[in-house]
Amino acid sequence: MDVVSLSRLQFAVTAAFHFIFVPLTLGLSILVAYMETHYLRSKDEMYLKMTKFWGKLFLINFALGVVTGITMEFQFGMNWAEYSKYVGDIFGAPLAIEATVAFFLESTFIGVWIFGWNKISKRTHALSIWLVAIATNLSALWILLANGWMQRPVGYVLRNGRAEMVDFIALVTNTNGWLKFFHQIVAAYVVAAFFVMGVSAYHILKKKNLVLFKTSFRMAATFGLVAGILVAVSGSFHAEQVAATQPTKFAAMESVWETQRGAPYNIVIVPDATNERNSVEAIKIPNFLSLLAFHSPDAEVKGLKDFSRDDRPPVSVIFYSFRAMVCLGFLFILISLIAYISSRRDRLEFSPGLLRLLLYLIPLPYLANQIGWIVAEVGRQPWIVYGLLRTSDAVSKSISTSQVVFSLAGFTLVYGLLGIIDIYLLTKYAKKGPDDDLSSIVNTARI
Amino acid sequence: MVFNIIWFILWGVLWAVYFMVDGFDFGVGMLQSFVGRSDAEKRLIINSIGPVWDGNEVWLITAGGATFAAFPTTYALMFSYLYSALLLILFALIFRGVAFEFRGKADSQGWKKGWDLAIFLGSFLPSLLFGVAFGNIFQGLPMDASGYHGTLFTLLNPYGLLTGVLFVLLFVEHGALYLSVKASGDVSERAGGLANKIWVVLIGVAVAFLVYTYFATNLYANYLGNPIWFVIPIIAVMALFGIKFFGSTGRYLKGFYSSCVAIVMVTFTGVIGLYPNLIPSSIDPNYSLTIFNSSSSEYTLKIMTAVAVIFVPIVIAYQIWVYRVFRHRVTVDEVVTDKDAY
Repeated sequence: MDVVSLSRLQFAVTAAFHFIFVPLTLGLSILVAYMETHYLRSKDEMYLKMTKFWGKLFLINFALGVVTGITMEFQFGMNWAEYSKYVGDIFGAPLAIEATVAFFLESTFIGVWIFGWNKISKRTHALSIWLVAIATNLSALWILLANGWMQRPVGYVLRNGRAEMVDFIALVTNTNGWLKFFHQIVAAYVVAAFFVMGVSAYHILKKKNLVLFKTSFRMAATFGLVAGILVAVSGSFHAEQVAATQPTKFAAMESVWETQRGAPYNIVIVPDATNERNSVEAIKIPNFLSLLAFHSPDAEVKGLKDFSRDDRPPVSVIFYSFRAMVCLGFLFILISLIAYISSRRDRLEFSPGLLRLLLYLIPLPYLANQIGWIVAEVGRQPWIVYGLLRTSDAVSKSISTSQVVFSLAGFTLVYGLLGIIDIYLLTKYAKKGPDDDLSSIVNTARI
Repeated sequence: MVFNIIWFILWGVLWAVYFMVDGFDFGVGMLQSFVGRSDAEKRLIINSIGPVWDGNEVWLITAGGATFAAFPTTYALMFSYLYSALLLILFALIFRGVAFEFRGKADSQGWKKGWDLAIFLGSFLPSLLFGVAFGNIFQGLPMDASGYHGTLFTLLNPYGLLTGVLFVLLFVEHGALYLSVKASGDVSERAGGLANKIWVVLIGVAVAFLVYTYFATNLYANYLGNPIWFVIPIIAVMALFGIKFFGSTGRYLKGFYSSCVAIVMVTFTGVIGLYPNLIPSSIDPNYSLTIFNSSSSEYTLKIMTAVAVIFVPIVIAYQIWVYRVFRHRVTVDEVVTDKDAY
């Protein structure tokens, strides 16, 4: 493989690994903050136990999310120097702003939260986890505004041999970035909701700490149901926006080869990229794709054949990822609804099947998040900045194949090792259950 | 033009503050296994930086992000030219960060020893390599029209290595002083004693560095052209002697503040000497990366200045608040009974 392919693979590996930890951080920070607020209001120690139990899992996950994030910032310069030179004038800004306004807040107050139980008032302590939760979500916004610019470049002119920012407001109001943000944060909340439901299910099955875990479960089920519905709503808006601004990505998502008015939606499709057609198209809903994408049954949907082969992304991987993501999205709504109803009726202990199912479903929302990013990023190819700069022109000129082979091997090894350790610790502490002895906090905490 | 200069100063400030705050984290990390004799003492040492190290590390992310936003060409070339060195720094920082969180999460001896090693290497390697990287930046990198003509090993030249050793010693000294102020009992005493001993080596290396800099780099040209700037290295040297002055009479807090000033001023000694370069070329001055030829447009610099002027003071304010909340000395008893401690 050449430096471009290796660098792409390395970015994919490091971003995907980073993104195992980010969604849970985004969602669980809010749930933990909510639990601690409950404790603050009710003074019920059950909520304190709950906060500490989920907080511990949050922190194990958080540590890896933070350290793997540094890699992402460094890599733009290390592997994609030509990209960084060409677009740094506009792309560097959201990254620097993210560090200044969000990452500082998150990293500073996580320390306060971990070590501050006996040092600050309960109210300030709860405030610090809320600041962490707000900051992580704000962090996501700035990163997605940066990514949104790669998908839909706005607010720049080509000058001095590069893209220079001329309209900061356009950059921060980019619809692509905001839709990605809404879609992503709620998708992350689904990860956290299923994580909390799954772990709670394990303990409810064991009949341990029933009240605590049934309460956690109910919070998560509500959170997951609302978030799951919002994933579908924001996803639908986002797909429309992609159809309007990234026609090659949209055509690949739906495997549309021929440009057509009143395009139908086929429930079953098997793309055949070599022959530029679909080898299977079945269960057709007439005009539905045009309606979905452009709100008009007769609207024109661009087909891939309208674009030269050099300008098309790989179809199959995008198509299957997109279909799988959509199916998973609906599955999550259905299951959270069942979980919500069962929890509301207080039937959980009598539904071992549902509980076992939820335990094994924990990985699925993670998968949905990952393949969603495959759609977004592979779908943008062959462009690193859609329509503006090709990925093949963006790689560093000074690095050699052997350097990237070495670093890729290093990342795989290090990340593999840390991933195993993280799963071991998460499982260990998830199974262990809450700590019953809260004396060190309850007795010494300032009011 | 004026915004290029503002961002050059901010660039220097971000690195200087980063070295000042993560510097004692690195020092504490390097000293952990040497100053701490029992597991409880080792835990005490990590917990002395527990509440603050993560927030300190973000200064690096911000320095990197600011370089990207304000001087994208420098960011691109610096990070790709120093690829392998940065990779090692990354791995080291990853292991260090994870080690703090994971060390106390299982009981076996092997587990703890492994993470202690990660804390040591995760603190030592970045200290050394940041020094090596900045030493090479001070000297200039071998770059011209056809790109970069060096490898990881060309960076390991005598001047680069000396700067690396200087950084390691500055941070060990800084960490020892921090521990003497923040730890308690034996750990605090041992750290204070150690700070006084290390200082002798540090001052020797610092003098060697200042002299060698005259022969190996062009940094002094700016000072000779405008001698008023000598005030910065002079403050650096005074602060270095201040460490000993306060340390030898047991006034370690003042010694620590002196060490803060020393690190900031040593960094600025280099930064002032570099002006207007960010990375000089050692083979063809036409290809030096300067704050003018590698910067973002004025529009971008203005936006980023507004962001920095509003948010950096806020960050500094809440970080100072955090240092005040955790200003007390950490004790062994407290660490052993606190289930939330590392």
